Amino acid sequence: MQRLAHKHDRAIRYLHWVNVPLLAVMVWSGLLIYWAYDPYRIAVGGFVLVQFFPDWFYRVLDLEHGLATGMGFHFAFMWLFAINGLAFVAYTFWSGHWRDLRPNRRTPIEAFHVALHDLKLRKEPLPPGKFNAAQKLAYTGVILMGAGSVVTGLAIYKPTQLAWLTFLLGGYQAARLEHFALTIGYGLFLVAHVGQVVKAGWNNFRSMVTGYELVPTSEEGKTDVRPEPARS
Amino acid sequence: MSVPNPPGPEPDIRRLTRRGFVRGGLAAVGGLLGWTWLRTRSEIDGVPWPLRAVQRFNARLWGGDGLAPEFPADRAGDMKLNGPIGQPVNTDQAAWTVTASQPGWVDRVFHLADLARLPRIEMTTEFKCIEGWSQIVTWGGVRLADFVLANGLGRRTDGEWHPYVSFATPDAAYYVGLDTPSALHPQTLLCDRMNGTALSADHGGPVRLVITLKYGIKNIKWLNTIRFADTRPADYWAERGYDWHAGL
Repeated sequence: MQRLAHKHDRAIRYLHWVNVPLLAVMVWSGLLIYWAYDPYRIAVGGFVLVQFFPDWFYRVLDLEHGLATGMGFHFAFMWLFAINGLAFVAYTFWSGHWRDLRPNRRTPIEAFHVALHDLKLRKEPLPPGKFNAAQKLAYTGVILMGAGSVVTGLAIYKPTQLAWLTFLLGGYQAARLEHFALTIGYGLFLVAHVGQVVKAGWNNFRSMVTGYELVPTSEEGKTDVRPEPARS
Repeated sequence: MSVPNPPGPEPDIRRLTRRGFVRGGLAAVGGLLGWTWLRTRSEIDGVPWPLRAVQRFNARLWGGDGLAPEFPADRAGDMKLNGPIGQPVNTDQAAWTVTASQPGWVDRVFHLADLARLPRIEMTTEFKCIEGWSQIVTWGGVRLADFVLANGLGRRTDGEWHPYVSFATPDAAYYVGLDTPSALHPQTLLCDRMNGTALSADHGGPVRLVITLKYGIKNIKWLNTIRFADTRPADYWAERGYDWHAGL
């Protein structure tokens, strides 16, 4: 037997989905800006492992010669991105959901177990809970990354008016590199996140749209037990 | 006799799913319409007017009265060359003139020797190109504010400042517009020295503007005219899609 169980609050779902296009516009306009001065690479000795970015990358994505456009969009959508992120954090605190996300001392080792479990190297079932340890680390981490993007972004946007902030982040050039590295972090998060959502399946994905998932009636305590929604 | 199953959750989740995806779809369509609206607005110098409005809002919000950090002189280094627009053939220091004016005035012509009476400033600041690179440089010169005050420039007959200043190279191929408070900022220099030597012609010698409050695009080289104005002056890069304020 299955029953409906509430999983994600409306505010969490809406703010999550609104963030998708906002982050996309921020990354797109950020890449338009980065193109104008693109020195970053990962190299060992003199050997370049990863070049940010090769010419074909800009060409294929039409990111060339768009510095002015990029700045225009970046410094407008930054407001929406920051406000949406603040609203998300404020809601998790106001609603108490931050307790579902907060990692603790055991979370890193448990996250390692989750990874082994996902790689089918470990048989023990995962402990019950709304989010597993790897999710707690990833979701808390990506929220901190969002805050980091705002802070490092402000440091390179206003290095005179906010000179103290730029100084704390190691200077103008360091803050620009940090801002860029966080964007690469979003890319890595996106790959893992979408991969896990695909792996978790339709019931899980649907819960981020509807708020509800189907759970076996025997599995009490796995999700919040709330009354079913009234028909509207 | 079979016992009828109690009603399962399927009808409920179907209804919720339909509702969720319909709402999500409508929101996505709304977002796309908003994006299309934004990208099809009439443009001001190549940028949709709502984005220009946010640029004005941002400039007002942040202001421009902070002091840029200064660095030990030994951190200064050579700066890459950028921006050849407006470079004159003759950059002879003795022959160089700076013309100043304001509404209702005849032009006043100054020679570089006229700057010699003003207090010398040396500062080591980080020059930031709008492209994203930066370079710590030691600049030498006189404050534009000192030049303006010493020569009684910039004020209307009622004592109020003209709100804007415009700067140009001799051929007027490159031109910069500033608000008067930024022009009179203590770190805004008429600069004739760079890293301890006379400012080279490639870097704007004999005299350029150095304004640490702004991106490099406002630091006009080969400075030839200074004109106070009552309306916002044209700006070379603002006309090519960049923020007119370009403040840091």
